[in-house]
Amino acid sequence: MNRKILGREAVQEALDVSLQRDKDVILIGQGVPDATQTYGTTAGLVDKYGTDRVYEMPLSESAMAGVMLGASLVGARPVMTFARLEFFLLAIDPIINQAAKWCYMFNAQTHVPMTLRLIIGRGWGQGAQHSQSLHSWFAHIPGLKVVLPATPYDLKGLLIASIEDPNPVIFIEHRWLHYNHGHVPEGYYKTPLGIPNLIRKGDKATVVSSGYMTIESIKAVNNLNKQGIEVDLIDLRTLSPLDDTIILESVKKTGNLVVCDHASLTGGFSSEIITRVCEKSFGSLKNSPIRISLPDSPTPTTRGLANYFYPTVKHIENAVKSLLGIKTEDPFKDIKPTDKLDIPDQSFKGPF
Amino acid sequence: MAENNKNVLYKDLNLLKSYRDMLLIRRFEEKSGQLYGMGLIAGFCHLYIGQEAVVVALQALSKPKDSVITAYRDHGHMLACGMDANSVMAELMGRFDGPSKGKGGSMHMFSREKNFYGGHGIVGAQVPLGTGIAFAHQYNEDKGICFTYMGDGACNQGQVYEAYNMASLWKLPVLYIIENNKYSMGTSEKRHSASDALYKRGAAWNIPGKAIDGMNVIKVYEGALEAVEYVRSGKGPYVLEIHTYRYRGHSMSDPANYRTKEEVKGVKNQYDPLITLKNILIEEYKVKEERLKTIEKEIKEVVNDSAIFAQESPEPKAVELYTDIYNQDTVY
Repeated sequence: MNRKILGREAVQEALDVSLQRDKDVILIGQGVPDATQTYGTTAGLVDKYGTDRVYEMPLSESAMAGVMLGASLVGARPVMTFARLEFFLLAIDPIINQAAKWCYMFNAQTHVPMTLRLIIGRGWGQGAQHSQSLHSWFAHIPGLKVVLPATPYDLKGLLIASIEDPNPVIFIEHRWLHYNHGHVPEGYYKTPLGIPNLIRKGDKATVVSSGYMTIESIKAVNNLNKQGIEVDLIDLRTLSPLDDTIILESVKKTGNLVVCDHASLTGGFSSEIITRVCEKSFGSLKNSPIRISLPDSPTPTTRGLANYFYPTVKHIENAVKSLLGIKTEDPFKDIKPTDKLDIPDQSFKGPF
Repeated sequence: MAENNKNVLYKDLNLLKSYRDMLLIRRFEEKSGQLYGMGLIAGFCHLYIGQEAVVVALQALSKPKDSVITAYRDHGHMLACGMDANSVMAELMGRFDGPSKGKGGSMHMFSREKNFYGGHGIVGAQVPLGTGIAFAHQYNEDKGICFTYMGDGACNQGQVYEAYNMASLWKLPVLYIIENNKYSMGTSEKRHSASDALYKRGAAWNIPGKAIDGMNVIKVYEGALEAVEYVRSGKGPYVLEIHTYRYRGHSMSDPANYRTKEEVKGVKNQYDPLITLKNILIEEYKVKEERLKTIEKEIKEVVNDSAIFAQESPEPKAVELYTDIYNQDTVY
């Protein structure tokens, strides 16, 4: 019963299950009913549910988000898809200024059950306007929930939970997760929002990560295990809400903390994790925590630079080792500008 | 060449130069597609093939003080503005000699020298920017106008209409050019726009508009002449919708399954802007085929050289990740 499917298929199943279970669920987005079907994540849905539940939209993100907000106030449960997170920035007013405040301002008389799927690009020339990770921004807004799945299992379970949630949920899909295989049960199940997942156990250090960084962290932790270094690996799953109990307990045990986040360093969510640990459990830290993140610069398009922009598995491994006093070398040392590191796997021939 | 050109003027439009410029765009784009297939170009790459007559005719109407801004299908505009093919190709390959040193790629190039203001990845976002450039033309009293290009898909962005209002209110010298290539990515015009007369959408703000044929460079020139003169005379903005067609998919990742092969073939056979102009040159202007062949040979060399130049250009050094994030100049 250990069925393995791709991340994008897991997303498609979540949408399919949700459309099937609740007739109020509608899908809308650029390219949702089209041939490429949002990278395969909406495959077959227009045939199954028809164009009155699976919609194409004009390039009018701002108005469309407002229209969907309006519809959700009187019973619709819209899932809006943005093929890149950046296009969501055009819809920021109806979501941040309105949807996020609705329940609070109007005495909970009505609610906004919207799900906003934002897809993050990486590599293959995505560049400065198609690859930003802005989850920390969104997590700063009370009233919004922010979900950042890592595994195919959670892509499905968290998406179903997001759609069923009575609040506006920002559901962030890293594009490379669409290409990963993993165990996904058939049919309906939910991964509850707000509960991090302890993926690996160990007592030497605590690695906290989210989204695609969790995939890199799993590889790093596997490598460390082979070297006899056992660590706790905690996948956040959601940034808001976030129950930090498991993180605090882990750091109490290990005394060492590495936080990995695929976003730029300054003001990023890794700072929030470290702050919570410092505020609530400062005495348990044996060393200064380490953040693994993207540099504080926009994303380059060229592979020659992208190869040095994204932290690698080795960076995570080295961070743990340095906390344990083990010497390490620069992980970028052996990387060449022409190495094909800007693709999800070596079988990928583009285009994106 | 001078005497040759004299015989092929349509009003102020130099038809041989137009042929050369259109052919440069066509061959450059074909080469880009080829290099993409070979894995030498990666990332976004939106080809302009089929739309060449639009930008070439409009550039013929531009003056040195004018400026140009467009979205992501921008290689043709850069070449028509006179940006160097070698450097544009280097950027497509992510090399250091590109206008953005490889950090911008296909969608993000810019030339202050040619008054070309990009190259933008957010659909429709260039329209307020072009309006702002026009604001500066007016403020600086430099007589320049801004050619602000957008596609049919971008016409559904709200910010376009907010910009229209300001442009009309303040009589800004901006020419809004809608390159209507019939598809907003894979969404046909019928499926994304409630009204297909996109040029009429300025009417509510008292902005005149008209739609013209974009497949014949002479017709584009003729149709645009009045619009450019209107804007240049200080009367305010104008909306020019140009009906054109892109032969390739939206980007390299788009197999264009939303339209039939026959549809594309039909346009290519009947309306191809290069074949149309070639026929006009030969039949009406009695230009010898040999003359056109010489141009074709020249262009082939320019394009091949650009590919060689780009491949020989170095990769940017890793330190470039941290340069140019802020301007370090002290202004005051």
